[in-house]
Amino acid sequence: MSTLLEVSGVSVSFDGFRAINNLSFSIGPAEMRAVIGPNGAGKTTFMDIVTGKTRPDEGRVLWGEKSKSLLKMSEAKIAQAGIGRKFQKPTVFEDQTVEENLLMALKKPRGWVAVLTYRSSAADLGRVEELASEIGLSDALTRKSGELSHGQKQWLEIGMLLAQEPRLLLVDEPAAGMTPAEREQTTSILVDAAKTRAVVVVEHDMEFVRRLNCRVTVLHEGAVLAEGSLDHVTSNQDVIDVYLGR
Amino acid sequence: MQRSFIARNPSVLIFLALLALFTLIVTVLAEGSGIGIISTSFVKTLGKTLCLCLVAVAMDLIWGFTGILSLGHFAFFGLGGYMIGMWLMYERTRLIVVDSLAQAEIPPTSSEVVDAIGNQIFGVVGSSEFPLIWAVADSLFLQLVLVVLVPGLLALVFGWLAFRSRVTGVYLSILTQAMTLALALYLFQNDSGLRGNNGLSGLQNLPGVSAPQSVVSLWFFWASACALGLGYILAAWLVSGKFGWVIRGIRDNEARVRFLGYSVELYKLVVFTLTAMIAGIAGALYYPQAGIINPAEIAPIASIYLAVWVAIGGRGRLYGAIIGAAIVSLLSTWFTGGQAPDIPLGFYTVKWVDWWLVLLGLSFVAVTLFAPKGMGGLVDLWTQRRAPNRHGADLGPDAGSLREQEAET
Repeated sequence: MSTLLEVSGVSVSFDGFRAINNLSFSIGPAEMRAVIGPNGAGKTTFMDIVTGKTRPDEGRVLWGEKSKSLLKMSEAKIAQAGIGRKFQKPTVFEDQTVEENLLMALKKPRGWVAVLTYRSSAADLGRVEELASEIGLSDALTRKSGELSHGQKQWLEIGMLLAQEPRLLLVDEPAAGMTPAEREQTTSILVDAAKTRAVVVVEHDMEFVRRLNCRVTVLHEGAVLAEGSLDHVTSNQDVIDVYLGR
Repeated sequence: MQRSFIARNPSVLIFLALLALFTLIVTVLAEGSGIGIISTSFVKTLGKTLCLCLVAVAMDLIWGFTGILSLGHFAFFGLGGYMIGMWLMYERTRLIVVDSLAQAEIPPTSSEVVDAIGNQIFGVVGSSEFPLIWAVADSLFLQLVLVVLVPGLLALVFGWLAFRSRVTGVYLSILTQAMTLALALYLFQNDSGLRGNNGLSGLQNLPGVSAPQSVVSLWFFWASACALGLGYILAAWLVSGKFGWVIRGIRDNEARVRFLGYSVELYKLVVFTLTAMIAGIAGALYYPQAGIINPAEIAPIASIYLAVWVAIGGRGRLYGAIIGAAIVSLLSTWFTGGQAPDIPLGFYTVKWVDWWLVLLGLSFVAVTLFAPKGMGGLVDLWTQRRAPNRHGADLGPDAGSLREQEAET
């Protein structure tokens, strides 16, 4: 199977603390992967490295068919290359409407001149409506996103990610702060997305991970502790010791 | 959904109508057109106020919309003034020199004329040589180009260095203060080439124009009004489309914009440079009305006043910046001009010349604490616009999607 993202031998330390320690990870072009691990295992740092926010001390991060290194690229360039990221806390532009949020995220030229002369076409607005119905916000298009509930903001952010049409989605705790019904919807959005692209979900909640029904990578102290199906990793003695046993 | 520019920005039309009405009234009542209810000096004050409104619009773009508290935009304003001042001073001195040399028996060579001009302009700082920066001072066109080019280039270089290193927030504000202070200190030196603390003077006299000041003042007033109108339209256009969403996104959540694939640094640089150019134009219209420019105009405090105007007027809305700049600067002229009556308290007399700054400071604090939307927020009361009002923090995972207070009710 070809790989979309390959992280190999990556290490990073902050003030002597090794957040990521010789981590290797790879994911295919249409695959769902859950990353779990106790607090401080390096899940968020891992995402920071892939999205260009943090530069690793050593190691390689290769992207796409041409195995392009992401380490020299800026965050914006990495995002344009097709990596979308959802933050742990829902971060949407609260002062602007749902429609504006989605239009801003749509895959379009990102240069300032192109943005300055941009006029939203019917096709763009149609795509936005399509996305809005996918995330259950059709009725809220003209509302300011600051008025949305916590769960709706999470969905809006996922919708913005989908609007970017990324090839890899990095999703940090998408179900945090959601009701059970909302979680179900989130699960189905993510599972749907993973049919055509790679999705990496960082999650604490085992129940949610079980529903995603995908391969699981367990991180511990900045390195991969185990990888496989959820049942496989939960029966792994190391995993039980460091994570589940607590 | 795609409505016309005016429909999306009703404030543009209202503002332009008010500006036109105001210009008309002042023109009719001014000394220059005969009625003379408004004195020439007050026409100049009003014209200068319009320029200050324009630089306030620029400040609102960079601070209110992009979220960069620049405390250096008056440096760009002053630079614009210096650039136009160089031509005004050169050309006027040249006419005088040519006039006086024409009395001589032998017609002067062009190098003699230039030397004489240099003597006239730089005698006050003990020099007579034209520094390199005056190289194109004899060309009105080139100096007008420099009005936008010099502030623009300074902003471009400064912004590139600052934004590239991800300097944000209060640190960036301090850097911009340092920039404006450094520029002012440099210009204070006699060998800066711009006549040190004497600055450039006599700018109110247009070379080769024999019209009285009462008329010239009206010309500048109209020019300032046009510049403000155009500046307002430009700013409204910038912030109304996708560009506006992106820069507001940068203000509210820089990282999110970055991960959407927009180059945040580039956008900041564009807005910073553009607003510096607008400030340069505003300065180039202001100082011929003021008549004199010297390095004290670029002092760090001037840029802080600019921020105070925008804050009091209401940042994040263009008309707010204009309301703030107009009202506060006019009040400032009134209070510090000795027109405000003193208040005798028996044991102490409140002299507004001394106490105006205290009053301004208090109102700034009051606005920040009690009306963060500024005076422009009053418009919201009138149009019944309400900000989203969701109280309380997000609840934890299990209490659902409601927020604290909503869940309790």
